[in-house]
Amino acid sequence: MRGGVFVGGAVLMLAMAGGGFVRGTVARGENASPVLAQPAAAATSQAKTMEVKIDNFKFGPEALTVPVGTTVTWTNRDDIPHTVVSTEGVFKSKVLDTDEKFSFTFAKAGAYDYFCSIHPKMVGKVIVQ
Amino acid sequence: MSKKDEILHDHDLIATVAQDATGGHDGIDRRGFLKCMAWAGTGALCVMQGGVLKSYALGTPGSRAAKASAGELSFVQISDSHMGFNKPANTDVAGTLKAAVDKINGLSTAPEFMLHTGDISHLSKPEEFDAVDQILKSASAKDVFFVPGEHDVLNDDGKQYLERYAKQSHGQGWYSFEKKGVHFIGLVNVMNLKAGGLGSLGAEQIAWIEKDVKSLKSSTPIVVFAHIPLWTVYPEWGWGTQDSAQALALLKKFGSVTVLNGHIHQIMQKVEGNVTFHTACSTAFPQPAPGKADSPGPMKVPADQLRGVLGITDVNSVHGSHSLAVTDSSLV
Ligand SMILES: [Cu+2]
Repeated sequence: MRGGVFVGGAVLMLAMAGGGFVRGTVARGENASPVLAQPAAAATSQAKTMEVKIDNFKFGPEALTVPVGTTVTWTNRDDIPHTVVSTEGVFKSKVLDTDEKFSFTFAKAGAYDYFCSIHPKMVGKVIVQ
Repeated sequence: MSKKDEILHDHDLIATVAQDATGGHDGIDRRGFLKCMAWAGTGALCVMQGGVLKSYALGTPGSRAAKASAGELSFVQISDSHMGFNKPANTDVAGTLKAAVDKINGLSTAPEFMLHTGDISHLSKPEEFDAVDQILKSASAKDVFFVPGEHDVLNDDGKQYLERYAKQSHGQGWYSFEKKGVHFIGLVNVMNLKAGGLGSLGAEQIAWIEKDVKSLKSSTPIVVFAHIPLWTVYPEWGWGTQDSAQALALLKKFGSVTVLNGHIHQIMQKVEGNVTFHTACSTAFPQPAPGKADSPGPMKVPADQLRGVLGITDVNSVHGSHSLAVTDSSLV
């Protein structure tokens, strides 16, 4: 029978010698490429807002370019909690459960790297111009 | 992809691997090896007998488990109870944890204690920890030794976790203890994680390990338990610990080192020299095999199959001491 070991009735035998490396078939995930988001069209006189969605353990878009003064809102759409934490300590969300949001307003130009402190493979960037 | 790489996915290859094992001679003394079984949903019962540690699934017929454990050490590993999780992958994680406890209590020889390898709670909420404590109270084994998962140290750098589960520990929650000649080391690899990185032990903890094992005889069986695997299962999903090799290097002199982990909600095993690695299943929900889904998030199975996925595993003893067998069978 095929399937993961978690399938009932599966039998797994482990060799005690020989350094056998036992794991599932590996398929590399694709690397998301950075996306440059366009600032909102009517952004000149109003407060600017941008969205980052968290789906499948990824920030989307992974890289976001916004004008100074933009408020970025992250929304966790996964079944698993995530966080949004600046690598340089500029901002830090509480843990976001499903559908919870975190917002931060970028008052200064610069490049802001961030990650999920629970799943540090999740990284993103906001470029403020 | 070698045949060994596929063992979890093609059970026809078992015979091949077992042959490799019995034919191999690496000069390591196998006496005292801890062989620990894991199975979907519940945990592992490890039994020490005549200097050789053997393992049985919780569903093993009582007579065999009883015979094996006479006068020696037995314990159970459970993992990833995720109390508070209520998404479609399992809307009753309390119920499945209770089912695991029922299995433990069904053993004719009660295990002496339990290891919980983290993600006790889903969101580090006090009521989630309370609920797990309450359910585990009904287990025949009264002592539970915990290590934290990343879900247990949210928002407060683990303060609450330490207060509840690791008051006597060192640093951010690591500790060791002895049971019948076996040295257990509980490690913490879910704190201070760095952007882009994997699980992390940190220099302070590694220095402590060195001190902790310094005076032990090399014949002492070692059991290391921690949440995130201490070997690189799948770095793309963060399934590994970046400085685990430094920690394991400190255990080189020991003839028998068994590493018990959770986090990935599925069974994975690997043998490397004197070290046997294995990960246990969750009592809450399964996760996909590495790279087999868009993300490592909870895997939804049809409701009537959930208990099957979280089911217990029976263990088939393999004659000779160089190989072991794990049989997963459902809770249903
Ligand atoms: Cu995350």
